[in-house]
Amino acid sequence: MPDRVVVRDLHKFFGSIEAVRGVDLTVRVGEVVVIIGPSGSGKSTVLRCINHLEVPTRGAVYIDGVHLEAPDTDINAIRREVGMVFQQFNLFPHLSVLENVTLAQCKVRKCSTSEAEDIAMAQLERVGIRDQAHKKPSQLSGGQQQRVAIARSLAMNPKVMLFDEVTSALDPEMINEVLDVMQELAAEGMTMVAVTHEMGFAREVGSRVLMMDHGRIVEEGPAQEIFANPKNDRTKEFFSKIL
Amino acid sequence: MGGPGEPEIARDSTRTVVSASRSRLEEFPYWLILLLLIIGFLGYLTFFSSAYAGARSAILPGLGITIRATLIGFAAAVTIGLLAGLGRISHNLVLRTISTTYIEFIRGVPILVLIFTIALLLVPPLWDGLGLRSRPPAEIRAAAALAIIYGGYIAEVFRAGVESLPPGQMEASRSLGMTHGQSMRSIILPQAVRNVLPALGNDFIAMLKDSSLLSVLGVREITQQARLYSNATFEFREGFLVLTFFYLTMTLSLSLLVQWYARRLARA
Repeated sequence: MPDRVVVRDLHKFFGSIEAVRGVDLTVRVGEVVVIIGPSGSGKSTVLRCINHLEVPTRGAVYIDGVHLEAPDTDINAIRREVGMVFQQFNLFPHLSVLENVTLAQCKVRKCSTSEAEDIAMAQLERVGIRDQAHKKPSQLSGGQQQRVAIARSLAMNPKVMLFDEVTSALDPEMINEVLDVMQELAAEGMTMVAVTHEMGFAREVGSRVLMMDHGRIVEEGPAQEIFANPKNDRTKEFFSKIL
Repeated sequence: MGGPGEPEIARDSTRTVVSASRSRLEEFPYWLILLLLIIGFLGYLTFFSSAYAGARSAILPGLGITIRATLIGFAAAVTIGLLAGLGRISHNLVLRTISTTYIEFIRGVPILVLIFTIALLLVPPLWDGLGLRSRPPAEIRAAAALAIIYGGYIAEVFRAGVESLPPGQMEASRSLGMTHGQSMRSIILPQAVRNVLPALGNDFIAMLKDSSLLSVLGVREITQQARLYSNATFEFREGFLVLTFFYLTMTLSLSLLVQWYARRLARA
């Protein structure tokens, strides 16, 4: 399988603090890479560098071989192909659920409203909230809002989806409805990079797990293997605290 | 001291009932009743007392000028304010510097001083620059002064409105592939404008009141009319009570409108 996302020697400073200290990562087409690790270990920063929401201080990110930091790269064209779902949903509160999903299609892909609505309804159907399409996001539960956010990204027909702790802001009983959608996506062959604290998801859905600590990847390998037999002391300690 | 459990609870609940009804009594807007009585009294004097008829007919013609200067000035000020407010938070250093200089200049000089400066020193050369022969009409100078002054204040309102939105809104929009400009127009500004409407409403009221300062330019708005009338007739009480009636009627109704909208916004 070809490489979809390649990260080379990524470093990121926030002021004098080095949040990411040299990360290398390759995500092949159809792979589900799960990044775990304690808070402040740089997981989210790596993810945000992959769609250029954070600009790396050093190193390079490639999507399908296109270098994101190259001066002639059209970052908006890249972002169209890289979906991102956030911890806080970040739905647009002044728009209806349907408009949330159609807006970027109309603005970026210039497709007609009816075309965009057809795609939007199909994606809302896929995440199981077709019947809420005409409500405002504030009228939906957290789990439903997060599923709308996933549909909003999927409507752009991305080649890779980034999930940044998407269940961390949810009430416990809503976590599974979001994880189920992600699991289905993975089963359909979507290339995914997910930062999460959901170890069950990491173990069952992840093709590969990366453990990060202090801005570095301290251990990586097939999901089953890492959970069954962690080699790094930091990973063992992390598991002992959360499992 | 402390009795057995049950009477204690009973006593507490009575106290709650009493304090609830008291707070309802305390929350009643008595100030509004009083203010309406004052306006009613002033209105009665203005329109039904023969002693006030002279002041009324002298001041009333200025009302159109006051309203026109405020409306034109405000429309221009909102435009200037939006541009300067966005300029101040722009990533472009030149735009940011120009906007910040303008805003801080305006905010650092008293309005009365600015009115003189703008109307007498700034507008005439601009007017000439536009190739217009005749001297600029006083009303144009006045509206321009209000617009340039309030543009500086309204810029800060827009800046605050944009900055009050969570950064995730821009990030979500950009991550869908929309450009910075598209995100601003479709996501950020619609929300920011809705949030700052009450603040803009309050600035409109403030501007309506500050239009009285235009009297120093000799613009015949209501304050100027009242001054001219009172100076000529020595009817100061009549002139200024009628003037007060007009301002208070306009500002109170606008203020109630703004409060109603702000409450509606808070509920949504």
